[in-house]
Amino acid sequence: MAEANVVLNNAMEGTSREQELIARVQGGENEFFYELVRPYERRVYAAALAILRHEADAEEVAQEAVLKALRGIRQFRAEARFSTWLIQITVNEALMRRRRERSGMMEGIDDQRDEDGQYTRRDFADWREIPSEALERKEVRQKLARALASLDRKYREVFVLRDMEQLNIQETAEALGISVASVKTRLLRARLMLRDLLAGGWEQGWFSRLPFEKGTKPW
Amino acid sequence: MVNEKPANCELVWREISNYLEGEVDAGLRTAMDEHFRTCARCRSVLEGTRNVMQLYGDERMIEAPSGYGRRLERRLAQNLRGPSRSWSAWSAWLVPLAALLLITGGVRIASSRTVAHPLLSEHAQPAHGIPSDLVVVVSADAKEFHVRGCEFIHNKEKERTLTAKEAVEQGYVPCVRCMRKYLQTASAGHTALELEAASQLDIEDVGLGGGE
Repeated sequence: MAEANVVLNNAMEGTSREQELIARVQGGENEFFYELVRPYERRVYAAALAILRHEADAEEVAQEAVLKALRGIRQFRAEARFSTWLIQITVNEALMRRRRERSGMMEGIDDQRDEDGQYTRRDFADWREIPSEALERKEVRQKLARALASLDRKYREVFVLRDMEQLNIQETAEALGISVASVKTRLLRARLMLRDLLAGGWEQGWFSRLPFEKGTKPW
Repeated sequence: MVNEKPANCELVWREISNYLEGEVDAGLRTAMDEHFRTCARCRSVLEGTRNVMQLYGDERMIEAPSGYGRRLERRLAQNLRGPSRSWSAWSAWLVPLAALLLITGGVRIASSRTVAHPLLSEHAQPAHGIPSDLVVVVSADAKEFHVRGCEFIHNKEKERTLTAKEAVEQGYVPCVRCMRKYLQTASAGHTALELEAASQLDIEDVGLGGGE
């Protein structure tokens, strides 16, 4: 109980400090902006990377997004979460970059199609719980990251924004410019695909199987 | 023994994500709860999916490259120094000033660094435009530095890792294939501030506008 109160107090203090920083930057004290974005800087990068899949491009877009957020800070309204607003700017920047550089590529065309929702039954392997403590190991984090990277981008993007960046379904749909129904469909498949990729347990040699390829999806 | 309830299993799989989001109505939730109690396979799917969401939702899964935060902070600081200046009003004399800085900076670099570590290739393109903190690899007996994983790294068994700045200081030259985007951007022409930055060999964020 006491611990919970400490966590709650810290969160409240964090929120209060964030609100103070927003007010100061909106008032022209731009030197506080980095302190404001620092708690989310890695999330900004991860969002850009999910869309661009190229580390240098993702970092560049992350920087551009942060600068854009600074320029537009006066448009930020307190009813929104600052982190969500920042991530949405980042996603927009990354999507614009991708459209500019990769328009006409096959992936972009294919990925616009949502599948028809038909499922083929498959015997899933038993799930062995992967404890969160395992994330202390870099090797485990890398394996999870590789599984995620192996997903088609339409699944990966939705999954990253919803399950890693913690945007809600509506915010994810708005950020990616797709319908709420598409978000839900893609999210379901992303989660099940990851579950299937990781099934077998982290002690039994993950990723001995190939990532999903055309025609091998379980649904 | 796994219960065979094909129709129910299909419905459960289709709704499992919404179930975990708390977005199914009370009736469906009750039916699914009942199904999970009796169907080991669907329970396994539920546990696995929940575990996946927990793992990827963990803060530790959000990683960024080494030095990323520092580079971002520096980029912001550079930007904050600028706003009081009107670019259009200053650019007329900043361009020649920057050119002068580049020349003098070049001389300084040449005298202080290049002599100690001459370029390993006479045909090298200058490394302007490459972030100084970019992690690169070089290998024994080679002249170029590369991003990790470049197909054109020779002698991969003797790779070593360093920053782009260190590689330049040691005379290595950028691989024209994996570093192409930076080199193209650099050769396409710099703004005055980019030239100034490049002249100081602190070329963070210079000319990052290129694509793959």
